[in-house]
Amino acid sequence: MRRPLSLYGLTFSLPLLVWQVLFFVFPLVFLVALSFWTVKNFRMQPDFDGVNWATMYGRAVFWQAYGTTFALAAAASVLVSVLAFPCSYAISFKLSDTARSWAVFLMVIPFFTSYLVRVYSWQIFLSDAGIVNVMLGWVGLGPYTLLNTVGATMIGYLTLTFPLVVLLQLFSLVFIDRTLIEAAHNLRCGRLRTVFAVIIPSARVGLVIAALFAFILSFGDFVSPIYLGGGDPTTLSILITDTTKSGQQWPRAAVIALTMIGTLLAVAFAAVRFAYKGRTK
Amino acid sequence: MPRIAGLNTGLTRRSLLASGAAALATPMLSRRAFAAPTELTMLAWYGHAEPDVVAEFEAENNVKFVPKYYTGGDNMLGLISQSPAGTYDVILSDAEYVQALNEAGYVEELDPNDYAIADYFPEFQDFPGNWSDGKLFSLVTRFGFLGVAYNTDALTEAEAASYNVFWNEKLAGKVGHFDWHLPNLGQMSLLNGNAAPYDIDEAAWQAVKDKTLSLRPQIGGFFDYGGTFSSLNDGQMLAFAGIGDWITGVLEKNGAKVRSAIPEEGGLQWSECFSIGKGSTKADLAKKWIQYITSAKGQAKSAQMAAYPALVPNQKGWEVLQAENPAEAKRQGMTSEAGNVIDMIRSGRIKYRQWPIQQSLEDWNDFWSEYKGA
Repeated sequence: MRRPLSLYGLTFSLPLLVWQVLFFVFPLVFLVALSFWTVKNFRMQPDFDGVNWATMYGRAVFWQAYGTTFALAAAASVLVSVLAFPCSYAISFKLSDTARSWAVFLMVIPFFTSYLVRVYSWQIFLSDAGIVNVMLGWVGLGPYTLLNTVGATMIGYLTLTFPLVVLLQLFSLVFIDRTLIEAAHNLRCGRLRTVFAVIIPSARVGLVIAALFAFILSFGDFVSPIYLGGGDPTTLSILITDTTKSGQQWPRAAVIALTMIGTLLAVAFAAVRFAYKGRTK
Repeated sequence: MPRIAGLNTGLTRRSLLASGAAALATPMLSRRAFAAPTELTMLAWYGHAEPDVVAEFEAENNVKFVPKYYTGGDNMLGLISQSPAGTYDVILSDAEYVQALNEAGYVEELDPNDYAIADYFPEFQDFPGNWSDGKLFSLVTRFGFLGVAYNTDALTEAEAASYNVFWNEKLAGKVGHFDWHLPNLGQMSLLNGNAAPYDIDEAAWQAVKDKTLSLRPQIGGFFDYGGTFSSLNDGQMLAFAGIGDWITGVLEKNGAKVRSAIPEEGGLQWSECFSIGKGSTKADLAKKWIQYITSAKGQAKSAQMAAYPALVPNQKGWEVLQAENPAEAKRQGMTSEAGNVIDMIRSGRIKYRQWPIQQSLEDWNDFWSEYKGA
């Protein structure tokens, strides 16, 4: 049912609309325009030239970085979803109300510290003479190269996304209708089967959205691949800085950024479609 | 309202209050006039407007520097081109970019008679890029060498005496790159025996690319300024290409076991120059600053800058440094002994870091991206 616009409604919705236009739509339009500009002697000139698109899309290193970034972000979202699920499951079904509040609080705490600081502190754990290798040394193992590897990048992505994914999963798990679980048990459905046949399907929307957020955050992250992965392999975020650092090629960086935005939109639409598939409301 | 007899000479209560208030305010105003320092904007690498360098000048001239630090020459050019003329009074630039600054008309002409250029070593009096058509546009203020940076526990000085050490088996996965194509590829070009490392033809460029690609399996990462510091400091990387004492010097002074060596194939030289920004309304003060920092006293300060140490081109600056801090003068090789850094330059072992001459900057940059992705 549509309601006519009221002053009351506008008062609350207009600021958001203005904000979105000012700080999202306008920059986005500018980014599109920028991608057609040209650079001469380090100076950007307004232009309408497809050369930046042709150059970037024609370079093997771009597609290589694209593939790497996509694969890393996809792996991170699967990994973090799998690792976060037992945690959010336990919090929502096994803990008392008080303990649950504390657990949620604990999941919020990591956001108090800068992500950059948390990533830097991982270096102390992962370096060759770091805490992990010293502890492995006590049992006669190692030292292993942990820092500047893809594994370290993945740890960084988990640091970034894990608390958020747990919280998002949690919000859909707590709202599952408990009678469904009881019904499953009454129908002699085992614990594990209940999880896979009842709980996960019921919480599908939340689980998929959580994974989507993990993908979005990891896909655009610069800090982990550079400070834990050692900038190797090149991700799209690193490629953007490389492109701007030498020769002031902001228009080419805009091409990369727009490609990333396009990819994220496509992934987000696909994920939301999958999440709500078969639901009628 | 009855008036008080003694105040009846035209002095009303209102005027008394007004003059009293004015009298009370006068010291405030005059103090403000005396104390408010003139703000001088400086566009520079981090460290150049920090107290250890500028405090004395600020106090003597009642100046307050307002620094805008950049993270690379391209970043610097971008900042200038996006700001109105006169935004930056003093501009510090790497020598490669001085020409670009000049061509774009971003800097004022300097009068050579204003500066102690005669005290400079002859090699620096006519520094490339500083002059254009006989006119001076910037003045070199400090420089440094780039060679093999290494962990002294992992490598001996003899091992670090050649760029070939980067291919050493014991350094597999332990060689880091400072993430900028110019110094790294310049070093590869030196290793390939190119006397002018940046002026190479297509065949030599191909050879540099091939040589560089063969190093890829040894590389443990590509690092920015901060990453280079930490990975050398904690021993994560045992050797580094593309840097020199400007990084290892800071770490060495803090006790880390790292050093830089100029290998037998030669080293590269980075150089920083000061200019006055076009349209600066405080050009006189900016000139005064450049006079100060290129004077003997200022040069000794600049050599010991806390953010990153450097060599200085003023001979009298060397003398001041030797008197003030002989240990640092010796560590950096700014002494009168044979084999000092000027001898190194004179023996032809040092080449300027510069933009490629026969290829475009873009070619080098694109190859660097490909190398990183390889």
